[in-house]
Amino acid sequence: MNVLEASGLGKRYRSAWALRECTLEVPAGHVTALVGPNGAGKTTLLNLAVGLAEPSAGNVTVLGGRPAGSRAALDGIAFVAQDTPLYKNLSVADMIYVTRNLNRRFDQAFAQARLDELGIPLKRKSGKLSGGQQAQVALTLALARRPQLLILDEPVAMLDPIARRDFMDTVLTAAADGVAVLLSSHVLAELERAAGYLILLSRGQVRLAGEVKDLLATHRVGSMEELALSYLRQNATEVAR
Amino acid sequence: MTALTAPAGAVADARLRPVPWRRMAGIIWRQHRYALTGEVAVLGAVAIALWLIGTSLHHDYAAALACHPAGSQACAVAVLTFNGSFAFIANGGILLPLPVLIGAFVGGPLLAREMETGTFRYAWTQGFGRHRWALAKLVSLAVAVTVPAWLFSLELAWYYQPYFATSNQGFGLTEMNPFFPALFDLHGVVFAAWTLAAFAIGGLAGMLIRRVVPAIAVTLAVYVGLAFAVGAFLRDHYLAPLVTTSSLNLPGSAWILSQWWTKGGATLSPAAMYQVMDNAMTALNPTINSPGQKASAYSTMLQYLTQHGYTYWTQYQPGSRFWPFQWIESGGLLALSVLCIAAAVWLVRRRAA
Repeated sequence: MNVLEASGLGKRYRSAWALRECTLEVPAGHVTALVGPNGAGKTTLLNLAVGLAEPSAGNVTVLGGRPAGSRAALDGIAFVAQDTPLYKNLSVADMIYVTRNLNRRFDQAFAQARLDELGIPLKRKSGKLSGGQQAQVALTLALARRPQLLILDEPVAMLDPIARRDFMDTVLTAAADGVAVLLSSHVLAELERAAGYLILLSRGQVRLAGEVKDLLATHRVGSMEELALSYLRQNATEVAR
Repeated sequence: MTALTAPAGAVADARLRPVPWRRMAGIIWRQHRYALTGEVAVLGAVAIALWLIGTSLHHDYAAALACHPAGSQACAVAVLTFNGSFAFIANGGILLPLPVLIGAFVGGPLLAREMETGTFRYAWTQGFGRHRWALAKLVSLAVAVTVPAWLFSLELAWYYQPYFATSNQGFGLTEMNPFFPALFDLHGVVFAAWTLAAFAIGGLAGMLIRRVVPAIAVTLAVYVGLAFAVGAFLRDHYLAPLVTTSSLNLPGSAWILSQWWTKGGATLSPAAMYQVMDNAMTALNPTINSPGQKASAYSTMLQYLTQHGYTYWTQYQPGSRFWPFQWIESGGLLALSVLCIAAAVWLVRRRAA
């Protein structure tokens, strides 16, 4: 099963295309890294995948053909948006309540145990938590929905290195338990040890997609970072010409 | 680290049953308890104040009515006491902003805050579904905002009751016309309807503008414009006005829209009529000032002019139309509110992030 399929997918904001002719098949069973420079179209692609944005062209489905944004799709996906938005005036316990009641499935015991383990007080208002704690709460709420696909938009961009590591550990544990993960980032180092599948985006187009080990072998490079950088540089040179 | 159990193998069931509507109740309460308790607190405080001064007002009114003999010094004092009691609130003007303040401050931020802080990205990607989420919030809060306003308007109706007794003028007591703009808005169902409309306008403005403060500001502006337009241009056309030539028989509850003179089928200009009346005044002067004269100068003048072929026309809405007008206006505002809420939900469904 493909967790994400896009064909001819495009999104235009006013006159500029944020994403163009994107055709993709992301297989299940991986942590998929969506990388590319700022403004490459990563957030646009993820917004289309979760149904926050409507395609201007083409189409996108998730979890084996469910239309993005449909009830069936949202039932199987959990999404953590950039800056991990929470209702700042609600306590963590209230955020759990809200998320539980907005979804058909919710693993209350898991959510409580995890927050307990992280030492995040349930009575504290979300807005009073540190950035790292807010990110952990958002991730915990997403995982407690027991999704088949977890989508994270720049999840670690705002976090300090320790919070970043804690966060990624949680994501990897979920992935090891069989949750497909799709995350975007421009911080390649963090993805190195996590990603099994790579999608490289630049200026609204998919430049490269495939399993990391195959890509490394084909392109004869040592690391994902090297691969991405060489690819982006080469691309920039082409544009310059 | 807590071990994650494998995700419950969610079946790709096309006939997936939606998350039940009732689950939104607790969510709405948690998210909007401050707005709702704020509304109830404000209305409650005003209600207690109104009850205190209203009790005193009703007491003064009863005292003035019960006073005997009518022409005595004591009764004149009782009448003055009632007329002077809480005169600042008698025309209702200071209570008029209540519906829009409630509506704008609950409705304006409802969707605007989600857009402004980015939490819509959380809310709209949950299993509940974004348009169902928006519909549940807008409809529940519309009801939650309107019901306290309606209860409050019942108290307003009680408070203003003494001013609407048609016998007041005879006693020299203040008598208000039920169609008087501010009072029409306060003492019937339209108070609740205007609160609902302000809320719905706020909800739509929030979704269009996506910022809390501008959404509230625009809601206030739109509401004021709408309220003015309705009061100044629409309300007198709800039903075709009646026309009479015997204005003297109209009770004080009638809403007089316009008056004019005709002679031999032709309408007379105010300037021409002024000349006619000036002449009539000269002719009538001895009669009006004669010691035995009982009728008022006004009615004597009317009588004189009628005898000389002039007809005085009055176009008016009778007091009996108060409730029909209340329901017509409330119906219109309800329709407007439904449209605004539907538009806001449609925008939530359509709007690209």
